Amino acid sequence: MNRRDLLFGVAALLILWQLAAWIVQRPILPAPVAVGAVLIKELGRGLIDHFLVSLWRVLASTMLSIFIAAPLGLILGQSQRLNRLFSPLVYLIYPIPKVVFVPVVLLFLGLGDAPKIVIIFLILFFQILVLVRDQAANLRPELLQSVRSLGAGRRALFRYVYLPASLPAILTALRQSVGTAVAVLYIAELYATQKGLGYYIYLNGSTLLNYEAMYAGIIAMSLLGLGLYFSVDWLEHRLCPWQYVS
Amino acid sequence: MIETKSLSYAYGLGNFIFKDFNWAVQQGETWAILGPSGCGKTTLLYLLAGLRLPSSGEVLISNQVLTRPRPHTGLILQDYGLLPWATVRQNASLGLRVRNFYGPDGTHAPENYLPHVQVDPWLERLGLVALADKYPAQLSGGQRQRTAIARTLALQPDLLLMDEPFSSLDAPTRESLQNLTLELQAENKLTLIIVTHSIEEAAVLGRKILLLSTPPNIQAEVIENLTANQPEYRNSLEYLHLTQALRIRLEEFSTQEPAQSA
Repeated sequence: MNRRDLLFGVAALLILWQLAAWIVQRPILPAPVAVGAVLIKELGRGLIDHFLVSLWRVLASTMLSIFIAAPLGLILGQSQRLNRLFSPLVYLIYPIPKVVFVPVVLLFLGLGDAPKIVIIFLILFFQILVLVRDQAANLRPELLQSVRSLGAGRRALFRYVYLPASLPAILTALRQSVGTAVAVLYIAELYATQKGLGYYIYLNGSTLLNYEAMYAGIIAMSLLGLGLYFSVDWLEHRLCPWQYVS
Repeated sequence: MIETKSLSYAYGLGNFIFKDFNWAVQQGETWAILGPSGCGKTTLLYLLAGLRLPSSGEVLISNQVLTRPRPHTGLILQDYGLLPWATVRQNASLGLRVRNFYGPDGTHAPENYLPHVQVDPWLERLGLVALADKYPAQLSGGQRQRTAIARTLALQPDLLLMDEPFSSLDAPTRESLQNLTLELQAENKLTLIIVTHSIEEAAVLGRKILLLSTPPNIQAEVIENLTANQPEYRNSLEYLHLTQALRIRLEEFSTQEPAQSA
């Protein structure tokens, strides 16, 4: 999406919101200007901390899942035997919506960042594992043979073929699941924490009945999701330029 | 240079492609391996490359029994041999980077190898300088194949193996790359072995032609074609006679086929 389209999209969204606010005429749907003012004010009063806590949880779980899932995916993708052994397990767990594990993880890990990080990790882990595995398994045998004929053994194949081949798979997995990750982060932050945008939104909406601040939190969470999505997009263009040539 | 001694190779149990197969190639020769599909051409090339190992017997190259790919052998396949995420320059230097990765250990790289990544002379020789920063997806089939040749020759092989390298190319590109291959073979004193299903290609490139038939291949059938590699050979009477003779021979194979493959 280019910059003009993006601006147009934001403008259209704000106009629709303003129209809806005029029609509804209730405190539970304040106008965008009012929310914008509160957003700026709230940033100085702790919203930024909630934002940073949520960002940290997403980033930590993303890193964790890349560093664990990508090597495992590469190993499974390279070895037909291991893949045959583990694929029924992955096949069963992969489609389960990981959000149902939120209560279980909370029971086991209790308070703090750990359960939130683990839940997002579960979502990203299987996505990355499956995509990296399939990418490695589907490398053309002709490609592998010709690189072997240049003298490459197992280690060099890993370094020059499997590793670079897994990069686009990791980024595709992130692009596909970063939205879900933020959604589940919201759910996870409703429990056993006093930090994070999920907590902030819920607190202002249901307890303090400060609807403008609640919307400010929703905007912050949207920006978090959008920012992550755009970052992955940007990384893809930077790290995989060959996918964008005509 | 190359010798197969009682070479046998089977897929599965007793499905012999080669059985006690003896064949020899001298240094600097240019061979074409011709035969119908399924005759074992590619299998033989992979055996020579050290990417497959014989079921019994042995392949000797420079009097050494082959047990794994050898640093001085280059292999070029029909397609898909280039890394899609690497530019022409990066692809051309891949073999050198693999060597630098291992260092001069004698198995992955020659013992006297001095690490470098200099491929510019080869990009120049193969007309790839203007394309150096393009990705394979941006290249024509002929340009891709020239990149693969640059990558292989940058390793200074003494033996070049090619598997149907030009069969997906259009006729003019194919002819110009065939000529280029012969020039490079002469310049670099390479032993060249090219697998093809095309009678014309075998006649143009092979000063000796190894004919393979329906497996199992037991006896090496060799056709001498010593006037090949001359300028204007494509328009000569010898070329015409040879291609006709080869065509008749291949048709004989295909009429035998139903009885043997049953």
